[in-house]
Amino acid sequence: MRPEAVEAMRPFFADSFANPSGSHAASRVAKTALEEAREVVAAACGAEPHEIVFTAGGSEADNLAVKGAAWAARDRDGRDGIVTTAIEHKAVLGACGRLEREGFRVVRVAAQVSGVLDLDALGAALDERTAVVSVMLVNNETGTVQPLAEVAALVRERAPGAVLHTDAVQAPQWLDLSVHASAADLVAISGHKFGGPKGAGALVVRGDTVLVPLVEGGGHERDRRAGTQNVAGAVGFATALRVTDERRADEVARIRQLRDRLEAGLARSVPRFVANGDHDRRVAGVIHAAFPGVEAEALLVALDQRDVYAASGSACSSGSIDPSHVLLGMGMDRDRALSSVRFSLGYASTDADVDLALSVVPEAVEMLRTASTS
Amino acid sequence: MVMMSGGVDSSVAAAMLQEQGHDVTGVTLKLWGGVSDSGCCSVSDVEDARRVAAQLGIPHYVFNFSDDFDANVVAPYVEAYAAGTTPNPCVECNRTMKFGRLFARAMQLGYDAVATGHHARVVAAPAGLAIGRGADRAKDQSYVLYMLGAAELACTLLPVGEITKAEVRARAAALDLRTAAKAESMDVCFITRGGRETFLGDRIARRPGAIVDRAGGVVGTHDGIDAFTIGQRRGLAVAVGERQYVVDIDAGSGDITIGPRADLLRDSLTMRDVTWNLAPPAGAVEVQARAHGEPASALVDGCTVRFVEPHVRVAPGQVVAFYAGDVLLGGGIAT
Repeated sequence: MRPEAVEAMRPFFADSFANPSGSHAASRVAKTALEEAREVVAAACGAEPHEIVFTAGGSEADNLAVKGAAWAARDRDGRDGIVTTAIEHKAVLGACGRLEREGFRVVRVAAQVSGVLDLDALGAALDERTAVVSVMLVNNETGTVQPLAEVAALVRERAPGAVLHTDAVQAPQWLDLSVHASAADLVAISGHKFGGPKGAGALVVRGDTVLVPLVEGGGHERDRRAGTQNVAGAVGFATALRVTDERRADEVARIRQLRDRLEAGLARSVPRFVANGDHDRRVAGVIHAAFPGVEAEALLVALDQRDVYAASGSACSSGSIDPSHVLLGMGMDRDRALSSVRFSLGYASTDADVDLALSVVPEAVEMLRTASTS
Repeated sequence: MVMMSGGVDSSVAAAMLQEQGHDVTGVTLKLWGGVSDSGCCSVSDVEDARRVAAQLGIPHYVFNFSDDFDANVVAPYVEAYAAGTTPNPCVECNRTMKFGRLFARAMQLGYDAVATGHHARVVAAPAGLAIGRGADRAKDQSYVLYMLGAAELACTLLPVGEITKAEVRARAAALDLRTAAKAESMDVCFITRGGRETFLGDRIARRPGAIVDRAGGVVGTHDGIDAFTIGQRRGLAVAVGERQYVVDIDAGSGDITIGPRADLLRDSLTMRDVTWNLAPPAGAVEVQARAHGEPASALVDGCTVRFVEPHVRVAPGQVVAFYAGDVLLGGGIAT
């Protein structure tokens, strides 16, 4: 976590533990901290404070957005269409799957080999019965930025009245949400993706967008999410987001330089290295690449043994790797998907990290390729 | 690289190897993609393995081999029952998964050896390495490892084969491992609560037929040959004086032939895929045709086993293992 976020949270674990909904002095301290956090998050998202709903993370925010907007539309005028992409995070795909079982029509638009969704297919899927459109801002595996402004233009033209949600969980480190997510009615973000705490997230609910809540109870968060607020979490989340905003330009430039050095080095030293997704559409911190002839699962072990922590596909609950639905959703074949690995860099990454990866990855790939052909 | 199923045996295997000074890594295989509450690859078992590894301070990985498991273990299992034979999926899993794909990956990653929690031993016989029975004769699992050849044996460690199950539990308790008192898995790991017939019924068209006696007279009917195994007594819904056993399954007609135990006795059996890890001896060997069955004296001639005393019929598909004392010489699959 960012040290500023840790420090900001500390008082709310010990000295100030009152319930922000109470009416006494101690509660007012907590309530003030919560509302100040809300203002910080709102500013970062180009929203008003009352448009921020604190959640317990990105998955909850995505579920509240997709299900809450779909149920509200069905109740209002019987709309039953959901349009999303095949490369969304499982939180969105899972919510859409649930709605499909409830009778909603769900269209999952494929992505192109660049990693960017197929806008023509998205446009063709929209109609006047579309209730919710959910398109992520930055893909969590390939790091590809999706054309949200163009998506919004299509939605306003062909499905007026539909709610546009964007899962922006991967975006805050790289993009100014007040600009890049401004076209969406709903925006989901999560603290631990930019140096804040896990289990703290938010959904931006713009204007008069109506949601049916997932959690009902005491009317917290303007009746959109019941439950005593996680004050420490909200404060840490907001602080990390503020620091991220302040440093974004410097951090992104530095990380991009590190990433490009690593990517160029790997392309030079690893035979048959193939980057996945269009380089120019990727955020600055991601390299996603196939190493043909190597099983990603084995490569991750070999790298872990050499202190390089990479990732592949998406982790299931037992910690094993399934072929990435994102890569399959880009039309990639199964073998290439199963030989693909992601290297992520962030504000804490250093030149020494890149040097280590450059000394270790080619050797590990070579070892595995030699062993599997012998 | 120690295969940790999340059970007590493989937990202790990892601990013993660590005590012996090995640099140990734990791995759990995700084998079954379907629904399973009790299987060896369910999430809670993976979690147990992970927690034991954390307690021992060793790395732990999960490898997802579910596609291969489906193709190499589950599909042949279903096909075998459809054909009226009795498969041994644990043997096929050892052959293709644990000592197949996992073994290859461990070697690829530069590990010197793989280890499991099987109650069996790798013994140095004069003619070379062989599988030997575990120190705990009642828990001996050498039978399900009959397929291991010299190449695998040279890189295989079976530490708990040197001690009894009671000692395994005592060691686990002494180390305060969370798996110390965990119940043993008894059933096929991918079969869920519905049982074998439900599992098979979801995958193959059941083949009903007649239950006939030795003279060919119809004494009843059944819902599917997959519910029966040669030698089975349970589930025969016929009332005949003497105890009745399944003595034959005709996959063609769907008929199940039953008879008294005497009808099961055979002088010989035939096998396929016979392998010898150690050279076949001149005289008789001990033949074992069930995981915990009593061995019987017999001569092996090519693909034929000739029993010294008549032996109950071995269901086609079952492993037939050959021993000299506690040393496993080889084996085949009954036809």
